[in-house]
This record gives sequence, structure tokens and C-alpha cells, in this order.
Amino acid sequence: MKRTIKFLLPLVLFLIAVGFLFKGLFLDPREVPSPLVGKPAPSFQAPVLGEAGKTFNSDDMKGQVWLLNVWASWCAACREEHPVLMAMEKTGQIATYGLDYKDTDAEAQAVLKEHGNPYKVVATDADGKIGIDYGVYGVPETYVIDKTGVIRYKQIGPITEEILLTKIVPLLKELQR
Amino acid sequence: MKKLLILFLLVFNFLLSTSAAFAGEAKPLAEDPVLEARLKAMSHELRCLVCQNQTLADSNSPLAEDLRKEIRAQMRAGKSDQEVVDYLVARYGDFVRYRPPVNSNTALLWFGPFLLLLIGGFVLYRVLKKQAGSDDIQGEDG
Repeated sequence: MKRTIKFLLPLVLFLIAVGFLFKGLFLDPREVPSPLVGKPAPSFQAPVLGEAGKTFNSDDMKGQVWLLNVWASWCAACREEHPVLMAMEKTGQIATYGLDYKDTDAEAQAVLKEHGNPYKVVATDADGKIGIDYGVYGVPETYVIDKTGVIRYKQIGPITEEILLTKIVPLLKELQR
Repeated sequence: MKKLLILFLLVFNFLLSTSAAFAGEAKPLAEDPVLEARLKAMSHELRCLVCQNQTLADSNSPLAEDLRKEIRAQMRAGKSDQEVVDYLVARYGDFVRYRPPVNSNTALLWFGPFLLLLIGGFVLYRVLKKQAGSDDIQGEDG
């Protein structure tokens, strides 16, 4: 009996190590958990894209669930996510607001004109200051913000159909109740 | 010929002076060397999130540039090093720091090696004790 344990112990330890390493294969080191999830979304005021003189105030969003999608015309992965945002907009279940990050208005407007505009309003963050407040480090990033203005979920990188259906939609249903 | 040379020198000089004026990242160094030294020391301790194995000091990514600018502005406004680091940690998490802080998340990281050392020491103690014992009675394990 004692001998069997002695013989099996290294194997068990080895299998545990393999288990950890195997899980590591599917973790993305670029996805840094945001400390902002569960905290109030930083409030900001920013000019609205394409409507000179108008300002978007994030405080006005209190009382509704909304998505803040950080994007830019120079961001290739944003194009990848764009059809998903368009599909979301078509369902009318959720209001997506854009934050045009470190971009020029003309280029951003050109992209929206060419591919369609999934946003209710696009606020502009030309110098990236709002981005820093939200801990943005790679666009696209998307925040789900609840009725009280608390960030409930952060998606780093493009929203895929799978993420939309398995994570965002169920969360929205829960929050919109 | 001489005229041409003078003209050439003039143009060359002009190009030199304009290129110096465009070097926006390097220019603030002269303004406040103490602050720049602080920024440099701190940015060696902070991770650039875009290229994660580079420090904020080494990285040329636009975000690193923005963050250096922000740190510089906050230092100029009189914030302490600790306040600036806290500001960044609040936004990007502990991951921005190259030296992980001791908290419940990192306890295993900090104390795991000592735990392993203890376990190893215990096993070694047991094995040695057993060997010493078996030597006395001419143990069959060898």
C-alpha cells in the first residue's frame, strides 16, 4: 500500500502540473482583468462626432443600461467587430454609444459612412484622456454599464458572436430587468 | 562655388534647427531635470500594457507616450510618486506594476516558494531520518 502511494505520488503531481499548463494554453495574457469592473464608470463630457457644438455627458446615461464601445478608424479589429455591433443595433435591445479614441473626426465619419453606423451617439476622445480614465489599452474595448452607472463587464478586443450570445446578452437581460 | 557652399550650409543649418524643434518627446527634459528624473525612475517600474514585456520607459507605443505625458502633468501638479502609481493602478490594475504588491491575489506568488521550501525540507528530513534508521538495522531498501 505504502509502496503504491510512493509510486503514484509523482504521477499525480505531474498530472496536476499538466492540468495547470493545459489551462494556461487557453488563457490570453493580453487580457488584463480591469479593476474598473464593479466600480462606477468614470464620468466624462466629450464633443459629439459630426454634431459641432454638441456635448455628450455620460452622467445623462443614468437610469439605463448602455454599452460604451471604444473604437477608432485606424483600428483593424474594430472592423471585425463592426457587423456584430450592427446586428445588435438592429435588434434595438440595447443602446450602443461609441467613443472614438485618438482619431480624427473626418476619418471616423468616413468609416461610419462606408460601413454603417451602429452607434446612437459617438463621443470623441481625440487626445485619449477619457481612454486613460477607462483603462483603455487596446481598442476595441466595450463596457457594459448598468442603470446606476456601474461597469458590469468589460470586453477587451472585438465582440464576437459567441461572446455576444454567451456573455453580453444574458448580462443585459439580467440588468434590464 | 563659394556662394553655393554658403547656401548649402544655410539650408543644412535650417534643417537641423527645425528637426530639433520637432523632437517633442525629448524637449521637456531641459525644463525640469528633477521631474524628468522622477518620471524616468517611475516609468522603469511600470509596464506598458500595449507591449507587455516593455516598461513604460522603453515603449514607444502611443499609449505609453500618453501615459508618460499624463504622469509628467500630474508630477508637475505636485502629486507624489505613490499618488501617481495609485492613479494608474486604479485604471489598469496591479498588472501595470512590475513589482506585484502583496495582497490576497498574490499571496501564493510571494509565499509559494517558501511553502515549497518547507515541504521539501520536511521530505528531506523524513528521508534522512529513515535512512539513518535503516542503516542501524541493515535495511533491506539499501
